[in-house]
Amino acid sequence: MYKFLLANRYLRTRYIALASIISVTLGVATMIVVNSVMSGFSSQMKDRIHAILSDVMIETTSTDGTDDPRELMAKVEQLAGEYIEAMTPTVEIYGMISFDWAGQTVYRPITLIGIDPQGKNQVSPFASHMLSRNEIIEDGEVVRAPLRSMDEPLDWELTEEAKNVRKEWVEWEQFKEQYDHQYGETSSPQTPIAQDSGIQQAVAIESTDFPVLNDPFQTVSGTEQSETETNPAVPPAMPEFNDPFANQKPVKKHDPTAPLFGRVYLGAGLVSFPYKDKATGKTHVMYMVKPGQDVNLTTIKSGKPEPANFKATVTDIFKSGMSEYDSNLVYCNLEQLQLARGMLFSPDPAEPEKNLDWKNGAVTSLQIKLKNYNDAGEVVRQLRSGLEPGTYQVRTWEEKQGPLLEAVAMESAILNVLLFLIITVAGFGILAIFYMIVVEKTRDIGILKALGASSRGVMVIFISYGLALGVVGSSVGVILGLLFVRYINEIEKLLSLMTGRKVFDEAIYYFREIPTVVHPTTVIWVALGSIIIAVLASVMPARRAASLHPVQALRYE
Amino acid sequence: MSQPSTIPMTDPIHRPVHLCAKALDKAYQKGEHKIPVLRGVDVKIERAEFLSIVGQSGSGKSTLMHLLGLLDDPDVGEVWLDGNRIDNLPATTRDKLRNHVFGFVFQFYHLLPELTLLENVLTPLMIRYPAWEYWKRRSEFREMAKEITKQVGLDHRLKHKPSELSGGEMQRAAIARALIGDPSVLLADEPTGNLDSQSGGEIMNLLHKLNEEAKLTIIMVTHDDNIAQQAQRIVRLSEGRIQALNEAA
Repeated sequence: MYKFLLANRYLRTRYIALASIISVTLGVATMIVVNSVMSGFSSQMKDRIHAILSDVMIETTSTDGTDDPRELMAKVEQLAGEYIEAMTPTVEIYGMISFDWAGQTVYRPITLIGIDPQGKNQVSPFASHMLSRNEIIEDGEVVRAPLRSMDEPLDWELTEEAKNVRKEWVEWEQFKEQYDHQYGETSSPQTPIAQDSGIQQAVAIESTDFPVLNDPFQTVSGTEQSETETNPAVPPAMPEFNDPFANQKPVKKHDPTAPLFGRVYLGAGLVSFPYKDKATGKTHVMYMVKPGQDVNLTTIKSGKPEPANFKATVTDIFKSGMSEYDSNLVYCNLEQLQLARGMLFSPDPAEPEKNLDWKNGAVTSLQIKLKNYNDAGEVVRQLRSGLEPGTYQVRTWEEKQGPLLEAVAMESAILNVLLFLIITVAGFGILAIFYMIVVEKTRDIGILKALGASSRGVMVIFISYGLALGVVGSSVGVILGLLFVRYINEIEKLLSLMTGRKVFDEAIYYFREIPTVVHPTTVIWVALGSIIIAVLASVMPARRAASLHPVQALRYE
Repeated sequence: MSQPSTIPMTDPIHRPVHLCAKALDKAYQKGEHKIPVLRGVDVKIERAEFLSIVGQSGSGKSTLMHLLGLLDDPDVGEVWLDGNRIDNLPATTRDKLRNHVFGFVFQFYHLLPELTLLENVLTPLMIRYPAWEYWKRRSEFREMAKEITKQVGLDHRLKHKPSELSGGEMQRAAIARALIGDPSVLLADEPTGNLDSQSGGEIMNLLHKLNEEAKLTIIMVTHDDNIAQQAQRIVRLSEGRIQALNEAA
């Protein structure tokens, strides 16, 4: 009893020891904050990666893909159907995008992915990253409300805003054309005529087997055709592409502002950049291409090392938050990409856009969503053993992003080790102060021994004192840390206000707020670890106290 | 609690002396030199005796008291309690004996500064009983402590810290602490040495009362002959040897 009473009294009367525990408190608080923010970032990053990558991916080794996706899907269903919730075929190929911006043509290397939007949205929650479904926030203010609800199915339809953009854009393009025609060479280096001639040649050589969707500007150049017949936004009339019935068909009068058959979702990083408005000092995001405009895409044909070009209308822009994806990925309608690469075999040449079905073409990968991700290892094992080796690669999304995830885990581990070293240093502080307290309490120890306290009892006093200090220090640390995590965004705002510059710039991190995830187990381990350090630090002084000779201790002045 | 259960009586026929020291030698190591403090001291104390040990400083009187109270080990010699040798017992048994059999009173009171008077008085019981048992019987112990502090005239100061008490009050608190464990021997090292004559007198009266009414064996160390005279018997130590044994006046 006297042990706990004295430990308790020492705790309440020796403020110097509480000072020594402050370092433990701060260490614990820092560890909790750092761990929470890091796992917040890490889980956000995983979410973002997972929004782009599905649970399991089957990819053909060749970029030409497999000719019969239905057979592949049936086989996958047979091998691991019980674990699979949804799967969707895709064509994944490197390519290049180009678009006009400020009088120049901008080229960017990309990864072009042909998808079925609803299928894709089933295997990874992709729709929520579309710009049209999110509000646009600049400098903490909502500058535009969402244009579409999150629950709307993902498709290739343009929003009203995109349609308006398209209308203006088509008018501008037509005006440019007329201007170019009237005044000869334009200021724009990309003249439709020069561009067309090259593409037309390429198409002319390779357009025998299947229809190739083409740029409206390629077919409509100059002013031979009247305004009503000008059809800049719709795939070309088929006669140019050996349509046997072309001559019998009446020439359709198309709306020039109708979008093209090819549609794409662009990564935000490909077509946007932040800039600072000098007048207001605010940061805005400039989009070089807006939904509704057309872009040129170039990739390679299937089976031959030759370029494939097509134009597509931008349907939406996505921002997953992973710059690696946002500045690299372009999602295209699967049929268009198959068509452009010569992977699609149209059953009805009469109206190719309407009857196109990816099932009649080749695909390069299958994206699979599992009912329970814990089964991923088993599914991968079964698929690997069931599919022809060398032809297919089967990987989970974590395996595909392995190095990145490992790097994050490593970073977090090193930080934890360093922070724990700080707490250990604090432990030595406790040790020193405990030694002082034992010296100060030498006579009391003598008294206790004279009254019959055993050496063990005296030792227990100081170890329980260390334990009490550790518990108090780490509890306060846990509370401080959790409060800091809870109000981290408010603290960030306060700091920004005080320093006059943004501490956490959402434009850089793609986060509106600092993400935090508190793992209770981590908190418990941190608290336990520091309590153990405090106890260990008190063992040596406690042993010294226990070994004091009562007579010498009583004589100590 | 005069007879701890761990020590059986070995000599039931012949009533032994209560506490005795046989040929005690004790030397302290100071650097390379061994300084002898006690040289062959024999002393016998009967039950309910009031003995004072006198001598000049450095004569070894405090050391003799420490050896009798098991606070220190003799180099040579033996200490017997009720017919049992106790100086060679294991440390934990000696800790228990100190708690059960002996009560200590020191010149500088030696109260624990963090605890209140009441808690200081209760310390020997807290040491004696495991935490849970103490907790169960705490109100009983509190009553005991209040009773004893009343005896020493301190029942109005229970909540005070030692720093808020006068020297006389602190010494009375120390005596109350020594008594609460119901010891059979009270060892007092210069109990009046740090007190004015009035407070010292009060303390001596208290000791006399305890000796007469509670039949407590008291061994008091002092350098003051006037104080020593109040005991039944005086042992005079000089240079580590017993010089004279005489009945007090």
